[in-house]
Amino acid sequence: MKASTLGTICLTVAAGLMSTSAIADTSDKRIALSNNYAGNSWRQAMLTSWEKVGGSAVSDGTVAAADAFTTAENQVTEQAAQIQNLILQGYDAIVINAASPEGLNGAVKEACDAGVVVVSFDGIVTEPCAYRIAVDFKNMGKVQVEYLAGRIDGGDLLEIRGLAGVFVDDEISAGIHEGVAENAQFKIQGSVHGDWAQDVAQKAVAGILPSLPEIKAVVTQGGDGYGAAQAFKAAGRPTPIIVMGNRHDELTWWKEQKDANGYETMSVSIAPGVSTLAFWVAQQVLDGKEVPQDLSVPFLTITQDTLEVSLSNTQAGGVANVEYSLDDAKAVISGN
Amino acid sequence: MQRFLTPNALRTLLPVLSLAALLGAIFYLQPRTMSYFGLNLLLNLAVPIALATIAQMFILCVNDLDLSLGAFISLTACITATWLFDTPFLGILALLACIAAYGVMGALIHLRNLPSIVVTLGMSFVWTGIAVLILPTPGGSAPDWIRTLMTLKPAFVPFPIIASVVIALVVHIGLMRSATGAVLRGAGGNPKSVERAGWSLLRVKVTMFSLAGLFGVLSGMALVGLTTSADANIALRYTLLSIAGGILGGGEFVGGRVSPIGAVIGAITLALAGSFLSFLRLNPDWQIGAQGAILILVLALRLLISARENRS
Repeated sequence: MKASTLGTICLTVAAGLMSTSAIADTSDKRIALSNNYAGNSWRQAMLTSWEKVGGSAVSDGTVAAADAFTTAENQVTEQAAQIQNLILQGYDAIVINAASPEGLNGAVKEACDAGVVVVSFDGIVTEPCAYRIAVDFKNMGKVQVEYLAGRIDGGDLLEIRGLAGVFVDDEISAGIHEGVAENAQFKIQGSVHGDWAQDVAQKAVAGILPSLPEIKAVVTQGGDGYGAAQAFKAAGRPTPIIVMGNRHDELTWWKEQKDANGYETMSVSIAPGVSTLAFWVAQQVLDGKEVPQDLSVPFLTITQDTLEVSLSNTQAGGVANVEYSLDDAKAVISGN
Repeated sequence: MQRFLTPNALRTLLPVLSLAALLGAIFYLQPRTMSYFGLNLLLNLAVPIALATIAQMFILCVNDLDLSLGAFISLTACITATWLFDTPFLGILALLACIAAYGVMGALIHLRNLPSIVVTLGMSFVWTGIAVLILPTPGGSAPDWIRTLMTLKPAFVPFPIIASVVIALVVHIGLMRSATGAVLRGAGGNPKSVERAGWSLLRVKVTMFSLAGLFGVLSGMALVGLTTSADANIALRYTLLSIAGGILGGGEFVGGRVSPIGAVIGAITLALAGSFLSFLRLNPDWQIGAQGAILILVLALRLLISARENRS
């Protein structure tokens, strides 16, 4: 107790003596979250995580405030106005999940010019003065094929894609195809669009199955694994290795299969808790730490061993989540 | 006292008073806004809204309603961020073509006697379609001169205030103080008598729609100057904002009864209402409702004034 008090005094004195010191204090700094949309379970989980981690950081005295703001309509002009309001409210850092990668650049520039730290994640902004925590969707596709290469000798694959025309769908698919190109023992026999929804995926897979040879594995984009499994079952075909996407129904099905016949697979997606990673990155920047402008989010991968823990932590109808700690953020920062 | 506060004077004063009340509340909630820097940030996004509201006002003036304005401004923003940036000549041509298209739309509405709501609603999909063709994914860049203009930092008075005053005065003098303006407004208020006096209603409609197109283009350019890039949906909200701003500023749905200064003030009031609610730390789920409540409040006040007007 005494030692820690002494330490605090030393820190305060040090911070007072050299304002350029790396051990700046962030306890009087205020961080805001500018969010463009809250209409699905992923975004809701993202906001809950922010509240949880931000709230405890405030009560610990790490930062003075961690408030979340969501625009009522998912519109660029509205979010730009929101960011300008946050500047006026005197926040020291603004964490953004952006409605558009380009449309907010004017407001972001205003923030930077006013000395506000801007950290964007998930929906990132391109303005150079902002920090970006990007998702490497391409790699998310590639790790699936790499996992399969470690599991089986090769064979025919079925690819379930997301919503046609969306950037994320193109990226994940490009990653899957890159992985297949590097592992020539695999061949993609068919590709369907599952729109990241179980019912759509089930219909699409049921439609293409009769025309396919025996499928060894199904590569997916998340939100479609359970539907694929149901389609294989309904067609009376052996269940292939289906890569899952961290959804509750997918993990539940996987758990049932694991208990019944030792079924093995993996599951990968982005945790909504990435908002908390952005929070800590903003805190680190305010703390005077050297942080690269471009960071990348680690995926949340669930393996055979971590399935039970992840499943018990996931709400019914939700997505597996993880909240990042300060140490996680430091690891991500130094890893780049 | 009674003589000064005639219903007519009250009607004119209402937009000004609402703006003053809102501004006062914002200054109280967030003293930081009471500075050059603060006013600049608070008001700069109101400039394109003010231009859009003026555009809508021209349409309201001839007793029509434009439901395609937001989509049209998105389109002009896309053209500004792409063609006007890469090949200025082509960009200027395209923007002039946009204005001409608005004039043709006015002619079509007049000649075929079509309801403007139907025509403009239909055209909104055309504008959005062209915008998506020009700029399939968000992007583009603002031409330097527009960016420089919109981020201008003149001494003493912030740029958005100067811009708003200039817009309001120019349109006020043109529409409210000139002979041509009187004819244009008259065509909205009482088309029969204007026609009988020998004026071509077709020309009036085309003129008003072209003016709306011109201000739509200016709004799109101003928006790109602020955001530095565009996307095909960037200004969809402006359709309703411009109608609400025009009405809030003293315009009415009956044609002829408009006020350019009021429209600019109405647009600024709407833009500030968003900031005010955000400074109040109101739950975002309630914000749209609260914005509507502010609108209803102002309109209810106006109704009270009109009631008094009728009684006297």
